[in-house]
Amino acid sequence: MNEAYALEMKGVSKHFGDIKANRNVNLTLRRGEILALLGENGSGKTTLMNMICGIYFPDEGEIYIDGKPVVIASPVDAFRYKIGMVHQHFKLVDIFTAAENIALGMQDEGKYDIREISARVKEISSRYGFDIDPDKKIYDMSVSEKQTVEIIKVLYRGADILILDEPTAVLTPQEATKLFSVVRRMRDAGKSIIIITHKLHEVLSISDRVAILRKGEYITTVNTAETTESELTELMVGKKVELNIDRSDPLTDLPRLELRHISCTGPEGLPLLRDVNLHVCSGEILGIAGIAGSGQRELLESIAGLVRLDKGEIIYHNPKTGKVCDLRDHTPVQIREMGVRLSFVPEDRLGMGLVGNMDIVDNMMLRSYRHGHGVFLDRKNPADLADRIIGDLQVATPGPHTAVRKLSGGNVQKVLVGREIAAAPIVLMTAYPVRGLDINSSYMIYRLLNEQKQKGVAVIFVGEDIDVLLALCDRVAVLCGGAVSGILDARTATKEQVGYLMTHSEGENRHA
Amino acid sequence: MPEQNMQGQAEQKKRQPLFHMIKRNSLPLWHSVAIRAAAILLAFVFTGILTLLFTGKDPIRIAAIMFDGAFGNSLRTWVTFQNVAVLLCISLALTPAFKMRFWNTGGEGQVLIGCLATATCMFTLGGKLPDWLLIMIMTVAAIGAGILWGLIPAIFKARFGANETLFTLMMNYIAIQFVEFFLKVADKSGSNTVGPNLLSHGWIPALFGEKYLLNILLVAVLTVLMYIYLKYSKHGYEISVVGESENTARYIGVNVKRVILRTMALSGGICGFVGLMLVGATSHSIDTNLAGGYGFTGIMVAWLAQFNPLVMTFASLLIVFLQRGAGEVSTVAGLNQSFSDIVTGILLFFIIGCEFFIRYQLIPNREHKFFAKKQTQEEQVQ
Repeated sequence: MNEAYALEMKGVSKHFGDIKANRNVNLTLRRGEILALLGENGSGKTTLMNMICGIYFPDEGEIYIDGKPVVIASPVDAFRYKIGMVHQHFKLVDIFTAAENIALGMQDEGKYDIREISARVKEISSRYGFDIDPDKKIYDMSVSEKQTVEIIKVLYRGADILILDEPTAVLTPQEATKLFSVVRRMRDAGKSIIIITHKLHEVLSISDRVAILRKGEYITTVNTAETTESELTELMVGKKVELNIDRSDPLTDLPRLELRHISCTGPEGLPLLRDVNLHVCSGEILGIAGIAGSGQRELLESIAGLVRLDKGEIIYHNPKTGKVCDLRDHTPVQIREMGVRLSFVPEDRLGMGLVGNMDIVDNMMLRSYRHGHGVFLDRKNPADLADRIIGDLQVATPGPHTAVRKLSGGNVQKVLVGREIAAAPIVLMTAYPVRGLDINSSYMIYRLLNEQKQKGVAVIFVGEDIDVLLALCDRVAVLCGGAVSGILDARTATKEQVGYLMTHSEGENRHA
Repeated sequence: MPEQNMQGQAEQKKRQPLFHMIKRNSLPLWHSVAIRAAAILLAFVFTGILTLLFTGKDPIRIAAIMFDGAFGNSLRTWVTFQNVAVLLCISLALTPAFKMRFWNTGGEGQVLIGCLATATCMFTLGGKLPDWLLIMIMTVAAIGAGILWGLIPAIFKARFGANETLFTLMMNYIAIQFVEFFLKVADKSGSNTVGPNLLSHGWIPALFGEKYLLNILLVAVLTVLMYIYLKYSKHGYEISVVGESENTARYIGVNVKRVILRTMALSGGICGFVGLMLVGATSHSIDTNLAGGYGFTGIMVAWLAQFNPLVMTFASLLIVFLQRGAGEVSTVAGLNQSFSDIVTGILLFFIIGCEFFIRYQLIPNREHKFFAKKQTQEEQVQ
């Protein structure tokens, strides 16, 4: 018998009602290797990992750790077998320090000694090259620091098998590079790592082998060194996918919307937007890049009339009348009454753009329920619209009366984008419209945005994947700390330029 | 190595969960109704067994006494339905606020203040004005007072984000103290009730000679109206959006503050209307306990019915039946008054517990030793 695998799953299946989340999955993980788990939304990656972590129990199949069959019936069991997972959404107590969070939930013998824990945290950090202050409070931390705390928490508990669920989704390219060097060091120390990600170039750069799931089924495992981006896509989707975004030339250079010197402050008195000057033309896609929380949300919400500005003007050029008006200090309803057809796909889909517990038809009404004079709702037109969107955008749903919360992420987004585009916008704002979406859905969204651009709509696209920003947009504005640190031509700019501007505002440049 | 595997498998059998828990996608309506009906039936059977074990009394006879207490003669039936009407009406009043996730625990006070406004009009203006005019003034005063009592916490919530649960709760005690004050002023004898002898004018006329009929009919109409309001009106839609997500409401340009104020005015207004009916149409008297805790029981009814006004009819009937029936049991069969509370508690436990079976499906895990043992037994029999 060969060397036993650190983890092996044989013929594992799990279904929820009629839905087969996993069917006959075989997965192997060696000691000291990085295995990438690749699959589209709904392909069963998370379900599979949840079974390893004891959150779900498999209906069929066996799990082996170091060659021995094991039962993982609860997270405590997973902990016993030295399995640790770093979730996409951090599970940290904000008002505690890093060390306190790491100590939380530990059931050590002996008394609680935070200094000893801090010392061990420092020891782990230096061994793997983390950069963390154990006594810093979580609320003072950046996203990447919080992630570091989560990873150290798992290591502190002695995990030998680490599962990282989309770890780079919230990081800048620089932070991601740093994370990968840490992950490699963990591998070299003999840990086994499963990394879940959508980003193919990351899979190729970090992993040793790639396991692919498609629609709950295990397809194959390939050696990273022997594969290519297009082969992986084909395995994942089941057919060849064109990975190019068609980019047409912008229609005009007439500004449709101009932001002049806008500034706003948050509830704690911190500046969120600092003297932002931007314009977007009709028939172009303006990309907005930046680290999460650099003012992207406030920028879009101030245009939509949801944020109070301290100063500045938001000038709208009406294409029909040729008139100019200032949208500042108007409510969303007033903006619409001024004849500004503004559509907005917010970042928080279920918390802002849609109502999770309502069905698709009722969500269609969100923008239009005021139409008509009576006190009663008209559900006829929204129902027609729902049917049309379900058909045109291939929304996978049991019917128009299914609560949107029950749909998968990609389908939720199709419903939201479909509704906003159906309003025939003149300005279309989208925040992270492909976050968490699989390749097919993402390309459908890109195509829809391009169609809008060709119709002369001024499109604003806030994105996190710089490759996509540079491939889709005409110009890319980079935000850093609430200020515009640069505006680049997407056709000529490089990824490094964008990455640099994301962390260096103009002011710092001058000092340097 | 093989031996170790065998051991591992034995351990695996032992530690497997007994059932696989599976979330249901959707359930036909009749199926979920059947599960709930079964839960209610089981609750009664369980109560019967408990009654038999602890008191030694025949549960069937107890059930018969309960039924007799609620529907034994025409007066009892009328009172039962009157109570259902009051409880249902308060639940209806609370529902729009609850759908908005505004936890109005002040139904009791909003009803009482309506009672007080009615009684004050009857006491001070009675005999000085023609009755029809007095009744109109009473109506405006009662509903207005309810609206005021609902609006005060709503204003603080909308403007300062004050916690509405505590605020509405406190408003109850203020209302009680106001009634207390009225009792002292109106009746110098120090009685804790001001009765029909002092509130002798402005009685809302009885319909067809039945004093409770008007209430019951009005509440029935209100139930249907509330159902339509919540489900088919633009206001109802706004209430749902604000309740589900204030951010979404902001995003589509709903004026959240206005919706909160408008909805609480409605909620308080209906409570005030209950007060009007209690004093003006049925009891013609006032005391601090006139709402009888229904302001709180109504919260339970609204939740049990999952904010569906039509289902609330059944929920309030069930609760009132238990209360009235158990009251009868306590006098006739000599059981404690707590019997009603115990039965209500068991019933709620079963009804809420059955939600689990509506959301999840349990499939026995064939590999578990519990079933494995059975299988081997069956094999041995064969």
